[in-house]
Amino acid sequence: MMSTRTTEIWVGVFVAAGLAALFMLAMKVSNLSALDEEDGFTIEARFEDASGLKVRSPVTMAGVRIGRVVAIEFDKQSLQAVVRMRIDRRYDTLPADSSASIYTAGLLGEKYVGLEPGAGADECEEAALEAELEGREPEPCEGGARVLRDGARIKITQGSLVLEKLIARFVSQFLESGGKKEAAQ
Amino acid sequence: MAPQRDNDEPLVTIRDLTFRRDGRVIFDGIDLDIRRGRVTAIMGPSGTGKTTLLRLIGGQLRPERGSIRFAGEEITRAGRGRLYELRKRMGMLFQNGALLTDMNVYDNVAFPLREHTDLPEPMIRDLVLMKLEAVGLRGARRLMPSQLSGGMARRVALARAIALDPDMILYDEPFTGQDPISMGVLVRLIRTLNESLGLTSVLVSHDIAEAASISDYIYLLAGGRVVAQGTADQLYESDSQWAQQFLQGLPDGPVPFHYPAPDYAGDLLAGDEDREAAA
Amino acid sequence: MLDLLQNLGRRGLGVFERLGRASLLLVQILAGLHTLLPRPRLVIQQVFSVGVLSLVIIVVSGTFVGMVLGLQGYNTLVDFGAEESLGVVVALSLVRELGPVVTALLFAGRAGSALTAEIGLMKATEQLSALEMMAVDPVRRVLAPRFVAGFLSMPLLAAIFSAVGVLGGYFVGVGLLGVDEGAYWSQMQDKVDLYDDVYNGVIKSLAFGWVATWIAVFEGHDAVPTSEGVSRATTRTVVYTSLAVLGLDFVLTALMFGD
Ligand SMILES: Nc1ncnc2c1ncn2[C@@H]1O[C@H](COP(=O)(O)OP(=O)(O)O)[C@@H](O)[C@H]1O
Ligand SMILES: [Mg+2]
Repeated sequence: MMSTRTTEIWVGVFVAAGLAALFMLAMKVSNLSALDEEDGFTIEARFEDASGLKVRSPVTMAGVRIGRVVAIEFDKQSLQAVVRMRIDRRYDTLPADSSASIYTAGLLGEKYVGLEPGAGADECEEAALEAELEGREPEPCEGGARVLRDGARIKITQGSLVLEKLIARFVSQFLESGGKKEAAQ
Repeated sequence: MAPQRDNDEPLVTIRDLTFRRDGRVIFDGIDLDIRRGRVTAIMGPSGTGKTTLLRLIGGQLRPERGSIRFAGEEITRAGRGRLYELRKRMGMLFQNGALLTDMNVYDNVAFPLREHTDLPEPMIRDLVLMKLEAVGLRGARRLMPSQLSGGMARRVALARAIALDPDMILYDEPFTGQDPISMGVLVRLIRTLNESLGLTSVLVSHDIAEAASISDYIYLLAGGRVVAQGTADQLYESDSQWAQQFLQGLPDGPVPFHYPAPDYAGDLLAGDEDREAAA
Repeated sequence: MLDLLQNLGRRGLGVFERLGRASLLLVQILAGLHTLLPRPRLVIQQVFSVGVLSLVIIVVSGTFVGMVLGLQGYNTLVDFGAEESLGVVVALSLVRELGPVVTALLFAGRAGSALTAEIGLMKATEQLSALEMMAVDPVRRVLAPRFVAGFLSMPLLAAIFSAVGVLGGYFVGVGLLGVDEGAYWSQMQDKVDLYDDVYNGVIKSLAFGWVATWIAVFEGHDAVPTSEGVSRATTRTVVYTSLAVLGLDFVLTALMFGD
C-alpha cells in the first residue's frame, strides 16, 4: 500500500503533466500566441462573390495573418456578400483605402481574405474632397492619414474567383479571338 | 426524549412482518422480540431469510407489511437521514467480515470513527487500539484484509462494528466455515462483549451447539414463519417436529428433503421436456 | 413469430429499465458531490488509480499513434509534394479525433474495467452493504469520488496523448524522414485552431470521461454480486463504453466540425 504522500505527489505530477500538455496544445500546436482577436476591432467589406469563404477564415495582409472572418451575410439591397472581419488590436493603423480580395491558398486550399494597403498618403484631402462632393462635413483626420477603425468599410474589393466562371470566360475569349482570326483569313 | 422504559421492554419488536422477493414469500407475518442485554439467536435452514431479516432490521430492505421498531422507533417508515442515525446505533457483522479491502486493519476499525466523528487522530488511535485489543488483534493492525484468516477478518469486523459503541450488534453466521479454535474464540467474544459492553446481540446461525451455548433465547424460522421459540433447553425438550428436525439434523421432516417437484414416476415417464428446454 | 416479438419487447423494456436505473444512479452521484468538497483526498486517491495508473499506456500508445501518423501522413503527402503539411495532418488527427477517442477506448480497457471490477467486488463481498450499515452512503463515499476522478482525468490523459503523439510525429517526420522542422511546427500552428480544434477536443474528452466513468460505475454498482456477475459486468463496461464513445464521437464531430 502506497503512502498517502506518495499518492498525492504522483497525482500532482499527473495533473501538472496534463496541464503542460494542454498548454503545449494551445501554444505550440495551435495559434493562441499568434493573435489576440477577442478585443480587436471589426471591419466590413462587400464582395460580388464570397463563395468558398467561411466564418473563421483567415484575414491576411502581406501574407501575415492579422485577423479572421466573423460573419458572412447576404445584403438583399445591393445583392452582395457582406463579410465582417475581426482584426487584431495591434493592427489598428491599416490605411483606410486598403482593398480586400478573396484568394485561394494554393491550388486547392481554403479561401482567405487578403488586404492590400492603398496609397494612404493624401488620404485627408481625398476624404475631404469626397465629403464635399457628398455634401457633408469632412471627418476629422489625424496624423495626415485615415486608418481603418472599428466598423469601417473597405470600399475596393475583389470577390472569389470561381473556377467555372474563369474557364467559361477563357473559353469564350478563346472562341471570340479564334473567330476573329478566321474572319481575318 | 423518549420516556424512560422498563428495562424489560424489547429493543427490537417485530410484528406481522411480511416480505416478498420476486413474488416469493420470504416472511409471512412473523412476530419477534429482541430483548435488551440478551443474546437472541435466530436459526433456520439456509435460504429461509435469516440474512434478509437482519437487513430488514437494519432498514436496508423495506417490508411489504408489518412493523419493525428499534428502541421505540419505526424502522420501516424512517426517512433516509433518520435511518442513518439509527444505524449508528447498530453494528452488523457480515458473513465474511466485509472489511474494506483497500485499507489495513487499523484504518478499517478507524473508518466509522473518521466518518462519523471529528475526533482528533490521537484519540481515534486510542479507541482503535482499545477495540482491537478487545478482539485480541492489536498486533495485527498493519495487516491488509487479504492477509487475514477468515476468523481474524471476522474479529476485525467485530472491532469495527463496536467502534461507535452501538446498542446492538447483528451477527450474520459468524461461525460458518471456522475451525474449532477460531469458532471457540468467536463464541467467547460474542458473549463477553455482550456482557462487558452492555450490548444486545442478535445471532444468526445454524451451528446449533455454539448458538445454543451462548444465547438466552432462540427463534427457529422455517417456511417464512417462526416455527419454534424458547430458551435452548425449552427447544430441546419441545415436541415441535420443526425443532426436533433442526436440532437433531434429520434429513427429512417438516423441512422436506425434496425441493417441490411433480410425481417422480410421472416425471421419469414424461420424457423430453428438459432436453427441449436445453435445446 | 409472436415469441420473437415478445422477446424483443422484453429486451427493449430491459434496456429502458437499465437506462432508468443508470440515470437514477447518476442523479444520486451528482446530488452527493457536495459531500466531496471538504474531503478532496477521496478524489485524489481515485485520480491516482484512474489517471496516474493509466499514464504509461497512454504515453506509449500516444507516441506510437503519432509515429504511425507521421509515417502514413508523409507517404501520402509526399505524392503531392505537400510533406510540409505533415504537422497539420498529425496534429489535426490527434487533437480532433484520435486523442479523445483512443484515450477513451484505452481508458475503458484500463481504468473503466478496473472501476467496474472493484465496485462489483465490493458489492459481492458485501462491502457496500457494510458501508450502508455503518451509516455511510456508498454512493457518496465510493461512487462519487470515482466518477469525479474519471471525469477530470480523461481530458488530461487525452491532452497528454495528443501532445506525445505530436512529438512522435515530429520524431518520425522531422527526425527520420527529413521534413523541415520549421514547416512542421509553423504549418501546424497556422492551421490548427485553438477554439475549433483544441477546445473542441477537450470538450469531447470531457464528454467521454463523463460517459465512460458513468458506465463503469453503474455496471459495477449494478453487477450481480457473484464472481460471474462481476466478470460479465466488466466485459459490459468495456463493450458499452467503446460503443458509446464511438457513437458519441460521431454526434459530437457532426455538431462541432460540421458546417
Ligand atoms: N438480492 C436478492 N434478490 C432476490 N432474491 C434474493 C436476494 N437475496 C436473497 N434472496 C433470496 O431470499 C431468500 C432468503 O435469503 P437469505 O436471507 O440470504 O437466506 P439465509 O440467510 O437464511 O440463508 C433466499 O431464497 C434467496 O434466494
Ligand atoms: Mg445468509
